[in-house]
Amino acid sequence: MNQWKNFSKGFIKENAVFVLFLGLCPTLGVTTSAINGLGMGLATTFVLVMSNLVVSLVKNLIPDKVRIPAFIVIIASFVTVVELVMRGYVPGLFDALGLFIPLIVVNCVVLGRAEAFASKNTIWSSLVDGAGMGLGFTMALTVLGAVRELLGSGAFFGMKLISGDAMLLFILPPGAFLALGYLLVLANMIKEKTS
Amino acid sequence: MEYILIIISAVFVSNIVLNQFLGICPFIGVSSKVETAIGMTGAVTFVMVIATLVTYLIYQSVLIPLGIVYMQTITFILVIASLVQLVEIILKKISPPLYQALGIFLPLITTNCAVLGVAVLAVQKDFGLLESTVFAIGNAIGFGLALITFSGIREQLDLLNVPSRMKGVPIAFIVAGLMALAFMGFAGIV
Amino acid sequence: MAKKESTFLSMVLTLFMVTLVAAGLLGSVYALTKEPIRLAELKKKNEAIQVVVPGFDNEPSQEVERIFMDGDSLYLYTARLGEEILGTAVETFTNKGFSGEFKLMVGFAPDGSIIDIAVIKHAETPGLGDKMEKGKSDFSVQFMGKHPDSFNIAVTKDRGDVDAITASTITSRAYCDAVTRAYGAFMESQKAN
Repeated sequence: MNQWKNFSKGFIKENAVFVLFLGLCPTLGVTTSAINGLGMGLATTFVLVMSNLVVSLVKNLIPDKVRIPAFIVIIASFVTVVELVMRGYVPGLFDALGLFIPLIVVNCVVLGRAEAFASKNTIWSSLVDGAGMGLGFTMALTVLGAVRELLGSGAFFGMKLISGDAMLLFILPPGAFLALGYLLVLANMIKEKTS
Repeated sequence: MEYILIIISAVFVSNIVLNQFLGICPFIGVSSKVETAIGMTGAVTFVMVIATLVTYLIYQSVLIPLGIVYMQTITFILVIASLVQLVEIILKKISPPLYQALGIFLPLITTNCAVLGVAVLAVQKDFGLLESTVFAIGNAIGFGLALITFSGIREQLDLLNVPSRMKGVPIAFIVAGLMALAFMGFAGIV
Repeated sequence: MAKKESTFLSMVLTLFMVTLVAAGLLGSVYALTKEPIRLAELKKKNEAIQVVVPGFDNEPSQEVERIFMDGDSLYLYTARLGEEILGTAVETFTNKGFSGEFKLMVGFAPDGSIIDIAVIKHAETPGLGDKMEKGKSDFSVQFMGKHPDSFNIAVTKDRGDVDAITASTITSRAYCDAVTRAYGAFMESQKAN
């Protein structure tokens, strides 16, 4: 398989958020700022790459019927690794992302890739697939975070661009839904233009 | 009184879907018909309450005494996954009609972050056994309220002339945003 | 390599092995990160103490008093310069924040007036509730030098003296709740000594 295609599909053609509508809980929950979106995306990417790697390594050793529970244990282990490392080295970000770090374990993107891709493909392809899907997810979260931060608090990655308050609605919960809704419309418009 | 406050807060003030962003996948995925929304709500309520109860007991009686609280995520998800299987088997045996109604939703629930989220939150908030149960029930009601109302709106939406680029998921998100806006009106009442 | 068959024994064995390896991995990562996590928490605490009762030459984090209140513990750290007590830093909490619990460090002078307040840990909304942090807005400045006996720690909407953060009344209320609790703990410890 063409590895470049395999890698880049996660960004546009099969983007987890904008096209497949997977992993929406953290997408909406943590994107109150661009940096939170980026942090969450990278944490998820790590879990995705590692679980894809391990699943494709052990795929022939695991009987079919207990496949899913075994995958879940593998994923949950890497989630806990991320949790512990973040608490030790980036405690501020860990506090801000809160509940959504342990919830990576139920992110449909991660289990979905393990089941649909890594359990059928070679180690190298699975690694590339995990990195592509993860970084595509990271991109989506960062874009949504940047848009909400820009509209909601008039800042870009924490740098204040305007003084005073902006449209506060966008960093409140309803703003998450609205911003993602309109970004999807935008994505559809781009799709129409290009095809 | 305290229990009533927990319920009101879980259902309206910090609604699990519209305010906490948990369980968004089923909220968008199975909300196109009111009937399926009700089925999903039933299955989630069932699993959420039992899972919160069981994970609470395991957390207090195994993880804390052994000093392995860091195993929380892995233990909780395994408990939920096996619980879903167990519920499926038991329902099939004792109540085939109920199994018929909820059966297809059960496998989806393992990866429903609302269930794991509520179990983790109940432990995080230092709730007691009864409080945790009430908290789980409140959140299940909140999930149902959001999902069923939303599916009602989406059924109506199908009859309208929506611009082609907004059809389907985009307009669903915008509607959800307006609902979340309405729910913000409850902020601060508890 | 051929795919393994799903016999009962192979299934049980596989799951057992997977869990065993996972538990081993997590145990070792836990052991490795235990010290960094402890240090990160200690560092945050010390920095907060430094801000709210500046100028000490002892190690306040070693002079701890614990007071139990509203279902959780508050920690009081005494800051000294030589023999003189400069003040007490109180690690306090609230469960009423917009995103649940957050923790503050409140510094009290020996007469009970507030020296300064720092945020230790929170998950409030960036751009809204996080304005309670020092440097992000002037919200925390209004507490400096005030004595809780004469300065009513409640937002103006609740007939208090605190100007709430715009559009973040819930966070502001929770902040006042935490400061009030800190003052309660401070008074209790003064009475006991």
